[in-house]
Amino acid sequence: MSRFVERHPAWALISIIAIAVGLWLVFAIWPPGLEEAIGRKRVFLNAVFNGITLGGLYFLVASGFTLIFGLMRNVNLAHGSLYLFGGYVGYAISTATGSWVLGFIVAFILTAMVGVLLQLIVFRRMEGQDLRQTMVTIGLSIVFADLMLWACGGDFYQIQTPNWLIGPMELPLVTAIKSSGEPVYLRYPMVRLVIFAASVVIGVAMWLVLNRTRVGMIVRAGVDDRDILAATGVRIQLVFVAVFAFGAGLAGIAGVVGGTFQSLSPGEDIRFLLASLVVVIVGGMGSIPGAALGALIIGLAEQLGSVYIPTYAIVVTFLIMVLVLAIRPQGLLARR
Amino acid sequence: MSLAHDSRITVRPAALAQRPARIWPEINHPAAWIVAVILLIMPLIANGFFLIEIFASTLILGTMALSLMFLAGYGGMVSLMQLTIAGFSAYMVAVFGVSGNANISLGWPWWLAVPMALALATAFGTLGGALAVRTEGIYTIMITLAIGAAFYYFTNQNWAIFNGHTGINTVATPHFWGVNWRADIPFYYIVLAVAALCYFAVEYLSRAPFGLALQGVRDNPRRMAALGFNVNAHRVAAYAFASFIAALAGVLQVWNYRQISPGSVSVGACIDVLIIAVVGGITRPIGPFIGALIFVLLRTFALDFLVRIGLDGNRFRLLIGLGFLAIVFWSSDGVIGLWQRWRQHRGADRSGGGRRHG
Repeated sequence: MSRFVERHPAWALISIIAIAVGLWLVFAIWPPGLEEAIGRKRVFLNAVFNGITLGGLYFLVASGFTLIFGLMRNVNLAHGSLYLFGGYVGYAISTATGSWVLGFIVAFILTAMVGVLLQLIVFRRMEGQDLRQTMVTIGLSIVFADLMLWACGGDFYQIQTPNWLIGPMELPLVTAIKSSGEPVYLRYPMVRLVIFAASVVIGVAMWLVLNRTRVGMIVRAGVDDRDILAATGVRIQLVFVAVFAFGAGLAGIAGVVGGTFQSLSPGEDIRFLLASLVVVIVGGMGSIPGAALGALIIGLAEQLGSVYIPTYAIVVTFLIMVLVLAIRPQGLLARR
Repeated sequence: MSLAHDSRITVRPAALAQRPARIWPEINHPAAWIVAVILLIMPLIANGFFLIEIFASTLILGTMALSLMFLAGYGGMVSLMQLTIAGFSAYMVAVFGVSGNANISLGWPWWLAVPMALALATAFGTLGGALAVRTEGIYTIMITLAIGAAFYYFTNQNWAIFNGHTGINTVATPHFWGVNWRADIPFYYIVLAVAALCYFAVEYLSRAPFGLALQGVRDNPRRMAALGFNVNAHRVAAYAFASFIAALAGVLQVWNYRQISPGSVSVGACIDVLIIAVVGGITRPIGPFIGALIFVLLRTFALDFLVRIGLDGNRFRLLIGLGFLAIVFWSSDGVIGLWQRWRQHRGADRSGGGRRHG
């Protein structure tokens, strides 16, 4: 952090000012002129919260993608299919048993199993052949998409939020002052906050495991130089299978989250594949903190964009990607 | 890493050495003449449906895939935005030319609108390429895919220029010298002429100094840079050329369907172009056209075929996907590779190590 400030004082200053302005916009009571200029504070806060929680969802999808790529150089363009598959499984389980949490568990296990199969059948045979992996996973995503369309049809599915999470939650953030002088607090859907908290917990746990445990050390060593790691006697294929299963399982969990926040339908697989691509391009391939930062930036840009400049919301996301590529082609937090 | 580099350096010269021996092999080959004659007299043997729905569609899709083949086969850059460039060009024809939507279309005559569309689409593709060449390999695929997706969602949301998800309908087609050039037979010949032009341009360029330098860049960018070639400039120039081909195909596409909508620039369609090029074979310019023919035939007849053998007719994409998977698994060089291997195999049986030609 301090090195970044030393090396890029101008960028550091700009980001500090931007963060300060952002915090002021969130916490302060807006003066009347500002509300007239850019709209109600409630709208702004909702967009910010939607952006952050959407960022949490993007992080779940993209972290699995980036983990798999970082360690194994496996380009899994069927990652979006795993997301959608997890979502459908979660929907089926949670409607059949009525248990939302069980949906997560089963979705994780089943997508992880699909991931193991993919690793064993496809990727192990094509180690180091980026282009072929890409082609094969594109082919697989087409086949999966059609199979899921066959099984589930073209309908929209929404996973029922459990009773204990339904309803809004009052946050200690003032959106406006009533004429009587009474403050109005922001109300926000509880389920989104809980899921966001859960994805933060998952992210922190992943970071801790990667940086503080022996397993994490093996994985990080594999990212840096897997040949030497294999030569030291680590059973690297086992590590690969485990990491692939975990990354795929994360995509499955994200599918259940996405089915609760939004809806599941054909085409969502490509949408989330692209979201995770953009997130990891912005954040840096193979970096978990990069995925978190990228997901936050893209989620916020998408939601704020769709509130304030609806026609160009997609273009804003894209411009961010272009800007990052122009300044740091390897992504914001990539090491190389 | 260094091992891989060494092996590549020793293998490539052998492959390159036999190149100059065949200057225009496809022309000297009798099969090529037969195909050319059949294509020329096609209107005599095929009815309107086959002429336009099968052969003109094949040639248009093949030309789009040809632009991808040029980038991937000679430049080593797999770009998934070639359809996006074609779609952009098609949109520009609709915007600058005459269409049913008078609020958007500027109403220029076709001979002004088409060059404008070509120029803008080429500029768009070159800009995208300039962005994509900053990265390599797999990243190029991802970035071009992201560009394609951004364009798709943008056309869906933008009503001022792209008319949202309805798109632009009843685009006018050229009509001069007393000929309606969109009538089946003239249109077929226009498409054939453009496709042939693009095909020979790619064939020629692959042997011209620029093409050879590009292939050098593909095989070993660091060595080419050390020899004094500007690697990135070559790559961006390749994108510019490929974008122009894709833009030509886009103009034909919008004339063919007389309308353009976000559905025709969707991500799935972008990936279809990659499938076409890979299934046909991305090492030679004829590959994309073979792939396009297979794709169009499947798209047109898979439904009937699947119903006839007692399956659900809607599983066309499943069939495409499985076929694509099979090709990628067993032949890295598409149908051409399979054909060559079969020829080689047979030649080896007959004459004991006969050499393939072409």
